[in-house]
Amino acid sequence: MKQFIAQKVLNMKPSGIRQFFDLVLGMKDVISLGVGEPDFVTPWQIREAGITSLEQGYTSYTSNKGLLKLRMAIHQYLKKQYGLNYSTEDEILVTVGVSEAVDLALRAIVEPSDKIIVPSPSYVSYGPMTELAGGIPVYVDTRKDKFKLTADNLKRHLDAKTKAIIFNYPANPTGVSYTKKELEQLAEVIIKHKILVLSDEIYGDLTYDFAHTPFATIKGMQKYTIYLNGFSKSYAMTGWRVGYACGPGQIIHAMTKIHQYTIMCVSITSQMAACEALHSGSSSVEEMKREYRRRREFIVSELNRIGLDCHLPQGAFYAFPSIKITGLDCLEFSKKLLKEEKVAVVPGTAFGEELTDYIRISYASSFDKLKEAVTRMERFVKRHSKT
Amino acid sequence: MDDILEILEKDARLSAQEIAKMTRKKPEEVKKIIDKYEKEGIILKYKAVINRELVRHKDEEVRAIIEVNLTPQKDVGFDKIAERIYSFPEVYACYLVSGTYDLLVFVRGKDLHSVARFVSEKLSPMENVKGVVTHFLLKKYKEDGVILKQRQEDKRIAISY
Repeated sequence: MKQFIAQKVLNMKPSGIRQFFDLVLGMKDVISLGVGEPDFVTPWQIREAGITSLEQGYTSYTSNKGLLKLRMAIHQYLKKQYGLNYSTEDEILVTVGVSEAVDLALRAIVEPSDKIIVPSPSYVSYGPMTELAGGIPVYVDTRKDKFKLTADNLKRHLDAKTKAIIFNYPANPTGVSYTKKELEQLAEVIIKHKILVLSDEIYGDLTYDFAHTPFATIKGMQKYTIYLNGFSKSYAMTGWRVGYACGPGQIIHAMTKIHQYTIMCVSITSQMAACEALHSGSSSVEEMKREYRRRREFIVSELNRIGLDCHLPQGAFYAFPSIKITGLDCLEFSKKLLKEEKVAVVPGTAFGEELTDYIRISYASSFDKLKEAVTRMERFVKRHSKT
Repeated sequence: MDDILEILEKDARLSAQEIAKMTRKKPEEVKKIIDKYEKEGIILKYKAVINRELVRHKDEEVRAIIEVNLTPQKDVGFDKIAERIYSFPEVYACYLVSGTYDLLVFVRGKDLHSVARFVSEKLSPMENVKGVVTHFLLKKYKEDGVILKQRQEDKRIAISY
């Protein structure tokens, strides 16, 4: 059957990690630190709004761009929270999670053989989505700079074919985020070379050490930025699949063209619930954030104590420790840890092929589970340490 | 509310050492703060939240909520009479409320009979008690912010990006 499958899909990397995932899913009583979503359920008032909308008979299509009242709520949220100004009519598009927004943005801008800068480690979909859109991902190794893209490193990878950068902050998988100053340094290069930034800020509400700064708020950057955000992480709404893109009218218009033919519109139930999230969800976000922050302090100090060197992530709910002390490759480490101690983590190579010395740990788990997982990992590391 | 109080209110079993790791403080410092809260009576005691719906013992108990109408007393208002009422061991919670009655009293006893006797023999005859309405509790759904159901399982898939 292979002859029927498109070459660019065949070219997409099959991953050894998939097998590992199947292994995890087939096992019982595993403590999983491999989950990329909140362990909270959606706050009740938001779920209730979804239920009510169904009772009231909201079961139709909506405008392609998304419900007007949701776009208005997004407009107001961005204005109030960050002083960002996006027009409800032309500059906001509601999408099926940020994932769809990433796909649309790439397909809307990429010409064959355009290059897209992808700082590595990166979220798993950026590279493959770029390739599907016909572009060439240029992975930029950031290990030397504590997993942050610097202006110098960016400059070294630019050429005439570079169209955009795509990255997220706070980052999945490392948890690193950027200060306003660091963004300004990047902005200088971006504006000079007139390239776009696809700025995935889905974890923006979960920043712990300094205020989150959207890239579009940096002077001169709004016209070069496609701002991507959604409800999944901050409001614990992953299963509802609601995200959005904001940017220059012409780009949003181009993305909307693709969206109207492929998706039509986001589920109306989810959009109604998302309205409620923006209306009344901020105190729930604050409460969850306080909880994540405590877990972060705990897990990072524990990882360092047991010998897995780990920087302090500034946001999201991930830690990205080095497993060098064990001398194991990350896939081997993850498989052994799963088999011997029943703890699941994600191998670093899922996020970039050079990351063989790292694993991603999600601390979106109850404190009891984190504590037990640390005990098991400590035993494991002791057993496998080279020294 | 203070971080340490919020943490303890959710899980009072956590050690000072664990709380220290969560708050980036020294364990001794956390211990000192907790001691202070205990001394000041901000932290009164530590206890488990028990789902009695699932406890099927011989010592099962009956609970009732009683609305009590009072005649306030000169100078002390309701406080004195409230004290006489809440001092009974049967009373496990007592509030002064606005509205059509004055005190809301939560009582428990080993059976219907013992609660009824408390109401008719002890509470009602009191001098300043004008009237009582007793509601026997049939089922508890939520208490102290905890939904009284068996633990829900994690519905997430074990691994995702």
